[in-house]
Amino acid sequence: MSPTFINFAYLVAATLFIWGLKGLTHPRTAVQGNRYGALAMFIAVAATLLDQQILSFEWILLGVVIGGLIGAALAAKIAMTDMPQLVALFNGFGGGASVLVAGAALLEAGMPTTAAATNTFTVATAASGIIGAVTFSGSIIAFAKLQELMSGNPIMFPGQKILNALVALASVALGGWIVVDPAAVEPYWVMTAAAFLLGILIVIPIGGADMPVIIAFLNAASGLAAAATGFVLGNNILIVAGSLVGASGLILTQIMCKAMNRSLGNVFFGGVGGTVVVGAGNEIYEGKIKSTSAEEVAMLFDVAKRVVIVPGYGMAVAQAQHAVRDMANILESRGIEVEYAIHPVAGRMPGHMNVLLAEAEVPYEKLKEMVHINPTFDQTDVALVIGANDVVNPLAREDNSGPISGMPILDVDKARTVVVIKRSLSPGFAGIANPLFSADNTLMYFASAKEAILDLVAALKEG
Amino acid sequence: METLVAALTVFVLAVFVGFEIINKIPPTLHTPLMSGSNAISGVTLIGALLSAGAQHTELTTWLGFTAVVFATVNVVGGFMVTNRMLSMFRRK
Repeated sequence: MSPTFINFAYLVAATLFIWGLKGLTHPRTAVQGNRYGALAMFIAVAATLLDQQILSFEWILLGVVIGGLIGAALAAKIAMTDMPQLVALFNGFGGGASVLVAGAALLEAGMPTTAAATNTFTVATAASGIIGAVTFSGSIIAFAKLQELMSGNPIMFPGQKILNALVALASVALGGWIVVDPAAVEPYWVMTAAAFLLGILIVIPIGGADMPVIIAFLNAASGLAAAATGFVLGNNILIVAGSLVGASGLILTQIMCKAMNRSLGNVFFGGVGGTVVVGAGNEIYEGKIKSTSAEEVAMLFDVAKRVVIVPGYGMAVAQAQHAVRDMANILESRGIEVEYAIHPVAGRMPGHMNVLLAEAEVPYEKLKEMVHINPTFDQTDVALVIGANDVVNPLAREDNSGPISGMPILDVDKARTVVVIKRSLSPGFAGIANPLFSADNTLMYFASAKEAILDLVAALKEG
Repeated sequence: METLVAALTVFVLAVFVGFEIINKIPPTLHTPLMSGSNAISGVTLIGALLSAGAQHTELTTWLGFTAVVFATVNVVGGFMVTNRMLSMFRRK
């Protein structure tokens, strides 16, 4: 088939990719949008298979069958709470594929039958190898941390930054070698090995709380690796699709950083998250904590007109989202307005909490963003905080140098009554005490999320 | 040089299109956006197909084959899991 035809098919595919992403701007059109993306991929693959360079199909077929089966099995089986791990793993595979494709292209370029390698080609090959390898190993470490195959705490050691800088320099220098001498294939693999090590070194000091940022960042990197591979092969569809993904990942990274009031540099080098200060805040809680029971909360609901539920990751861990939905249905059947306040970092990746609630069949119109729900808290009778901590900590609003100061929070303390369901007074990821727990209008309900909600449902039915 | 400029033009314009569209995607759909864009970044599959099928040497075929496996996991898994998530988003 002529290259013109194939390039035309790529143009159609690129348009469909963009159209598909546009579909994701609304939940109503999103399913269709995702199908456009899949169709675009199908067209691009089908057109590529018509390329005259392809002489045999057996390896391709075998590869597609194996990869397809693994991908389908993972996609069908994964629990929604484990979505961050899966996305991290997929990012890694994308990065790994870029490394291998650029490596193969470099080997082919060294052969006498092919055209001489240009500078564009070699620079892109080096970039593709470095970005791809960092994405691959970084994603695997992120996966291991999230899957709890290794500790989620930051791993730090003296001289870490210097070591990282040296390894980064080494891989860039080896990349430079390829640019100067494209026939040198060995330096490519040494460069890739150095970048692989760099990916590990970058992710090990990152703590659990910062995982949403690093996953978004690796998402961007997997896109940029694909775009770089597009420059290697002189292939427009790779460049377009890769840069769309790169842009998407960068935007999400920025949103996550803003939601935590951190800079990207601070996330990479700060090593915050997972460090818990033991015993913090006992003095501010002393004698001021009012604890409550299911019956008391049910009575509060009896006179409430508006209830806002604030889900935190603790709710998802306890698998309490279905019970929460049942409780909300009961409240709504009694004419109470119920909405959900979703903090951008409520889950373990951007938008994670929304997916967990959607799985429990909570309608998406009820899930409100922080900026939209915050002005409504002073007209809210009960704010029910379930397993959230740092994202509702009023200390963030105060101008001090605490670990969360300046972080945007949900202003639950402005509600008439705040009920906090939590196992204990232990601090969250930031490791600091939360004055909300001892506030005059706060009642603490000490229990695991699921137990508490089930008891509440029972109490509501009785009352 | 000509081809580099042409490729860079495509790259820069695509980045801008990406920023424009993705800024309009609501936070509710950010997880599906990530898994869906993940599937799209599996477009490296196309390069992998060329390496695996061109049969230059045994080594490039092996590299291509492994890349086909990696990229297909990404593509098939990414689109399927995104579809699974998106079909859970319902109205009242």
